[in-house]
Amino acid sequence: MSSFPFILLILAAIAGYVINRSAAKSIRDDGNRLHSMTSYHGMFSALLILVPVLTLILVWLALQGAAINAIVMRDLPAGTLDGIGSGAEQLILAEITSISRGQMFGTPEDWKLAAADRYLALYNWSRWLLIAVVAALSLGILAFARSRVAADFRARQGVEGIVTGLMIFCSVVAIFTTFGIILSLSFETYRFLELVPLTDFLFGANWEPQIPIRADQIAAVGAFGWLPVILGTIVITVVALFVAVPIGLMSAIYLNEFAPRKLRAVIKPGLEMLAGVPTVVYGFFAVLVVAPAIRNLGQSLGIDVAPNTALAAGSVMGIMLVPFISSFADDALSAVPSALKDAALGIGATRGEMMTTVLFPAALPGIVGGVLLAVSRAIGETMIVVMAAGLMANLTINPLDSVTTVTVQIVTLLIGDTSFDNPKTLAAFALGMMLFLVTLVINIFALRIVRKYREAYD
Amino acid sequence: MTDMTTGSAAPDPHRTTEIVAKSLDRRRRKQSRLKWIGMGAIMIAFTMLFILVASLVSTGWQAFVQTHITVEVFVDPEEIRADRLPRGNFDDVLETTLGNMLPGVDMTDRATARSVGSILSDGAQFKLRDMVVANPELIGETITLKVPTSDIYDQLNKGLIDRETDNANRRVKDDEIARFDALKAQGVVSKPFNSTLFTSADSRFPEQAGLKGAIVGSFWALLVCFLISFPLGIGAAIYLEEFAPKNKISDIIEVNINNLAAVPSVVFGLLALAVFIGWFGMPRSAPFVGGLTLALMTMPTIIIATRAALKAVPPSIREAALGLGASRQQVVFQHVLPLAMPGILTGTIIGLAQALGETAPLLLIGMNAFITSAPSGPFESATALPTQIFIWADSPERGFVSRTSAAILVLLGFLVLMNGVAIYLRQKFERKW
Repeated sequence: MSSFPFILLILAAIAGYVINRSAAKSIRDDGNRLHSMTSYHGMFSALLILVPVLTLILVWLALQGAAINAIVMRDLPAGTLDGIGSGAEQLILAEITSISRGQMFGTPEDWKLAAADRYLALYNWSRWLLIAVVAALSLGILAFARSRVAADFRARQGVEGIVTGLMIFCSVVAIFTTFGIILSLSFETYRFLELVPLTDFLFGANWEPQIPIRADQIAAVGAFGWLPVILGTIVITVVALFVAVPIGLMSAIYLNEFAPRKLRAVIKPGLEMLAGVPTVVYGFFAVLVVAPAIRNLGQSLGIDVAPNTALAAGSVMGIMLVPFISSFADDALSAVPSALKDAALGIGATRGEMMTTVLFPAALPGIVGGVLLAVSRAIGETMIVVMAAGLMANLTINPLDSVTTVTVQIVTLLIGDTSFDNPKTLAAFALGMMLFLVTLVINIFALRIVRKYREAYD
Repeated sequence: MTDMTTGSAAPDPHRTTEIVAKSLDRRRRKQSRLKWIGMGAIMIAFTMLFILVASLVSTGWQAFVQTHITVEVFVDPEEIRADRLPRGNFDDVLETTLGNMLPGVDMTDRATARSVGSILSDGAQFKLRDMVVANPELIGETITLKVPTSDIYDQLNKGLIDRETDNANRRVKDDEIARFDALKAQGVVSKPFNSTLFTSADSRFPEQAGLKGAIVGSFWALLVCFLISFPLGIGAAIYLEEFAPKNKISDIIEVNINNLAAVPSVVFGLLALAVFIGWFGMPRSAPFVGGLTLALMTMPTIIIATRAALKAVPPSIREAALGLGASRQQVVFQHVLPLAMPGILTGTIIGLAQALGETAPLLLIGMNAFITSAPSGPFESATALPTQIFIWADSPERGFVSRTSAAILVLLGFLVLMNGVAIYLRQKFERKW
């Protein structure tokens, strides 16, 4: 039934198209010269109906849930919600909605049954109201658009105006998304900082996010110092770079200068396959193969290795980053003007010397930009570390120990049922904010380097 | 040649040649060392890819078959009564059947009987029940039924349980192995294709767990993602590439899109959790919300691919259309866009393939729930393929290890398929101007 307004809208738009087009046709058949083609007259009516009514339906559907919930909760018998936390309120609401779906556990109180009835009635009412509003609005616009049809009506300009507006809207969605990220993160982070002081978060050396079991148990709120978490992220990132940078750079050098054309045509897509493997697969690979292998190696050497060592997660992440670095380095090497290359070869350098003394230094800024982007990816990478790294925040830089990362903490804090009023959940958003800021700064910096350097040689 | 060198203070050319010739060997060796290191690096990368695929295949192929036992069940009217269906002692009936197949096993001993019954999967009795409920005339008859074994016996039959292990430390004891081998000797044990993997949703029991729910959930999420990101991405790309005035605002939008493409995926999950679920009250675990989130992540990819495709259409096409009196929008929508379509579709499919493998944002919106039925629409709770892999990878049962690998192989299969279609489109329709 929820698709009914949409069907109504589509029918109205088709009707608008057909009516306006035939009206324009009959004007033309009477011997008048139309300013716009008849199909533009039709399109004008269809778009004029589609855009506002579709917006209305979507906004309506997006807001009706929250609105109905608010009304139901407001109309509960006086006193039922006094003195209970928002978590308990959520529970009551969830119970009411599940009763309204016909799922009952035990015998609910009468006021809950009444609320469920009211909930259903409101939904029903909202649905019919929406259908009525959509029908009325569509008909109104239909009539208006029909009244505009005339020989000298500039329907094409009208249509193109609407289409331009739509395209601008599409472009702005990207901005909306960024704003959405910044707004939601800062809002939740602000609430987090109301509970935990900023200095504790930034400079604390303990990360023990726990929810108090009793409401008056202030001491057990937990420690929210992000230092061990960010340190763990850095350790894993460094391990990843130790794997990815040499392999990526050397393969780029080989591909760019030494590989025969045919071999290159095979190797490049082969490397890109590594980039196409989903990270959850790498995570499983790390758990299934790499971590046990490292552990056995450590045991045979007599070294104590943690089961979820940073080395396993980091090295697998490094493999994931190899194609990323190699393609960036390859692009950077290719962007160096061939005049530099030719000059080096012309004065008698071997191709190897040309690469190490001329081409590579000339491409270095671009390569550094690519490595920085890889760093930002490693910091933001989630699944590999969620599956292969640890949960405990240890303040250590030993890659054989178990460490945790920012993304691991975000995921583990938010998996399962979450309510938005305890520091544990909000801490995830604070970590997300830091993650967003750090990667944003690195990205902007790296993209600027890459861009500037490309311009220098263009 | 000689004239040029005699006047200057340059060293004797013969000596120079000599020095160069002497050092040449060393320099060439250095070059070939660089070359070998490069090849080595590539070899390491490919070895890793090979180990990755090989380890998945070697653990995963076992999950594509499942041990079954063919049993001749006498549907005992004493245990199963037509007037009490769908209730009945279906598990006892199966247990008795197995007991009859194992002469010499004392079925009066409760513990032994239970252990014999546990050879079969918990799902076997439901299979029998469904058959009998559908056709109550079977009561009193003897029917031949092929039912899955439980996970441990499946592992045993596949040789994944080491029979040499000390009896006390082994999950299947010696007497249990003996009974299973007795059954095997009768030729009733078979290992057909594991169709459950594709026809049922998640389950706590490995032998009953399948990917249907995850595949359907991923389908809905990708459909929503496509329906939102494709029009939005193309609209934005056309505007930015063809119509936007070159000013500060367009610059900001462009930088913004590039940055958005590099934002960690888990941050999109946080956005979805706070905005879609927290503020708009959308349902948790729904593929619709997942698709919406993935759409935001896929949009930059589609925009970038579309802009490249539009850029590749030569200006002569635009000028010819403009010259014939087309408006700028007519030029774009009737001439440039159709020519750019293959490139746009290729980019879109690659973007969707990335979205299919994306896990972290789906975890945050709760698509890692334990759901035992496939969703029938985008607003119902569901898992997706990558989140299902995550759930199974976390499950302690042995049978889930190979099933996780199998699920990964299925996911990789879909990715290869999508990328193959993209490459095919590119090769078939791409025009070089």
